[in-house]
Amino acid sequence: MRQTLIKGGHVIDPETSVDGVTDILVEDGKIASIGKPKAKRTKTKAEVIDASGRIVTPGLIDMHVHLREPGHEYKETVETGCLAAAHGGFTAICCMPNTDPVNDNQSVTDYILKKARIADTVRVYPVGAISRGLRGESLSDFGELKAAGVVALSDDGNPVMNAQLMRRALEYAKGFNLLVIAHCEDRNLTANGVMNEGVTATQLGLLGVPNAGETVMVARDIALCELVKAPLHIAHVSTDGSVRLIREAKARGLPVTAETAPHYFSLTEEAVLNYDTNAKVHPPLRTAKDREAIRLGLADGTIDVIASDHAPHTSIEKDLEFDQAANGIIGLETSLPLCLQLVEMGVMDLTGLVAKMSMNPARILNIAHIGLKPGNPADLTIIDPEKKFTIDANTFRSKSRNTPFNGCELKGKAVLTMVAGNVVFREA
Amino acid sequence: MTLSKKDILEMGSLSVEEIQVILKTAETLKEISTRPIKKVPTLRGKTIIHFFYEPSTRTRTSFEIAAKRLSADTVSISASTSSIVKGETLVDTAKNLEAMNPDAIVVRHRAAGAPHLLARLVEASVINAGDGMHAHPTQGLLDMMTVREKKGRIAGLRIAIMGDIAHSRVARSNIVGFTKMGAKVILAGPPTMIPMGVEALGANVTYHVEEAIKDADVIMVLRIQKERQQAFLFPSEREYAQCYGLTRERMAGAKEDVLIMHPGPINRGVEIAPEVAEGPYSVILEQVANGVAIRMALLYLLLGGPR
Repeated sequence: MRQTLIKGGHVIDPETSVDGVTDILVEDGKIASIGKPKAKRTKTKAEVIDASGRIVTPGLIDMHVHLREPGHEYKETVETGCLAAAHGGFTAICCMPNTDPVNDNQSVTDYILKKARIADTVRVYPVGAISRGLRGESLSDFGELKAAGVVALSDDGNPVMNAQLMRRALEYAKGFNLLVIAHCEDRNLTANGVMNEGVTATQLGLLGVPNAGETVMVARDIALCELVKAPLHIAHVSTDGSVRLIREAKARGLPVTAETAPHYFSLTEEAVLNYDTNAKVHPPLRTAKDREAIRLGLADGTIDVIASDHAPHTSIEKDLEFDQAANGIIGLETSLPLCLQLVEMGVMDLTGLVAKMSMNPARILNIAHIGLKPGNPADLTIIDPEKKFTIDANTFRSKSRNTPFNGCELKGKAVLTMVAGNVVFREA
Repeated sequence: MTLSKKDILEMGSLSVEEIQVILKTAETLKEISTRPIKKVPTLRGKTIIHFFYEPSTRTRTSFEIAAKRLSADTVSISASTSSIVKGETLVDTAKNLEAMNPDAIVVRHRAAGAPHLLARLVEASVINAGDGMHAHPTQGLLDMMTVREKKGRIAGLRIAIMGDIAHSRVARSNIVGFTKMGAKVILAGPPTMIPMGVEALGANVTYHVEEAIKDADVIMVLRIQKERQQAFLFPSEREYAQCYGLTRERMAGAKEDVLIMHPGPINRGVEIAPEVAEGPYSVILEQVANGVAIRMALLYLLLGGPR
């Protein structure tokens, strides 16, 4: 029997309502007990991890990640993405299907899962495509994808412009108990826009993406969710209007959940000034008013999840004229420290944050083992809340460097990540 | 006199004093173009690359003439005859041009911010000759020079800009420039062509051109591009001309001594009636003449002194 004792950490688990200094005993990859273990239970040869002064949480889950494999391995692979996740404190990630080929069939899902097994770092939950080839014309084989191991469906990167197809996707997915994740964007409205429409775009002479480009689609998808009574998860919420619609839909009891990304509660459109392509992302960074609405939405529970939308791109896609550069920000290795800022700012407490980064995504994705309960796999994250550091993209495990946060001084980060009892990352 | 900056990228980064220096220098240098031998040796031995990713008649010719009248050596590159057609990125092109050690690169590019990207990569002075919908600082400066020449001042004047403000780099440079110099800028056009939040740049907005024309000391008319019809910005050229064009009838409501300006190229009968474009208050060709002087001034100020 292999034992690890995590000693003296401040354990925070919203699932079991634990919030206090205690020990966690891990046996053979599973949680054996929470609380001071009985002397006879711990073997003397148990490895001891001193977690005093640290926060211990159930393993963090990033439910919105682009791993780029297969197809764009020069940007990221399953292996490097998993390593980046472990370094960021995540024990599980969901990878979006916009690879090449698209993950719209069993073979691609199998391939990703095989690569994840080889990487042997964090758990990888693939998301399958809603429509074949992400073309928005016909449904993928949801049954086959489910059997192969996808946990949700999304055309992320593309909206499902055809409302009828979206309706049927939500409806058909219900039969397999699969979650549909919506990338809400009306392509006619967003057209050729490259940043948020407003003062900054006007100043920079860049074509704008209006708020309504997202909000109208959120409204449509909520209406469809109401029609077919199927769960709907809205990805990367960025506007004031979306938050309002989701809040209202939840108040009416609809099965709607939502996520936002750290850049939407940290930055505004002004990050684009000077044509910084590392701040080019879709949906675009919005105004201070939107950012405030996102923070409020996180605080009052309208937004259930924080997911990074980790979107790796290299200098090939980013070192270009602004309108030519690819959309996307990497987030796996910056997400947790940015989220801890929310606690610092008083937007939410640590328990609330852990709920948004672990319990809520697990529940939304129907993951079997949730929280630090005896018998569950020992997936956990140890955080040093006081550790001050400067974000240096050159130290990232990700293959890509596209972050607007490079050089930011932050406080608090993951110092140890454990998946099924194995330490996959430990701060040197 | 020199300018203590490397690049001219946008009107926003020029101070009032710098603009005054540029205008004054241009007024002095203008005389060179009227001499029988239109050349001075000021920039002998300097190399200027004219790098035009986008078609241009006026601006490109104007820059080349300005450089030649100051005795600089010039090279011209256009998108269709360069390695851009082979897929070379702007960053790589910039590094290669830099390796040839030019003193200035004049760039016109379809993408907003492209001159900024270039300026970060090269030691040479970069002059923005128009980037996407963003900025066209030399046009703004030559417009100011023309207004100052005709009106004796800029401060206190009312400048009306009519047309597709949203897609116009000329409008952006003039809003910023004229406002900075103490003029009042009024924008007029259909709401679809007024960009969101433009008031933040210091301009007033009206959807009725008559209102903008009424008290204006200067009316600038912008070109209406046919392609914008496809983006539903306006229904037809006919309707545009009727509702928003600068017609002879509308001119009846203008001040007696109003100036009519247009950055060119003109769409006759759409945004401006031919008789207005050629009428007594039109200074459209003076703008072109002053363009050479402004560009000579900038080259002189950037390259003429010790750096």
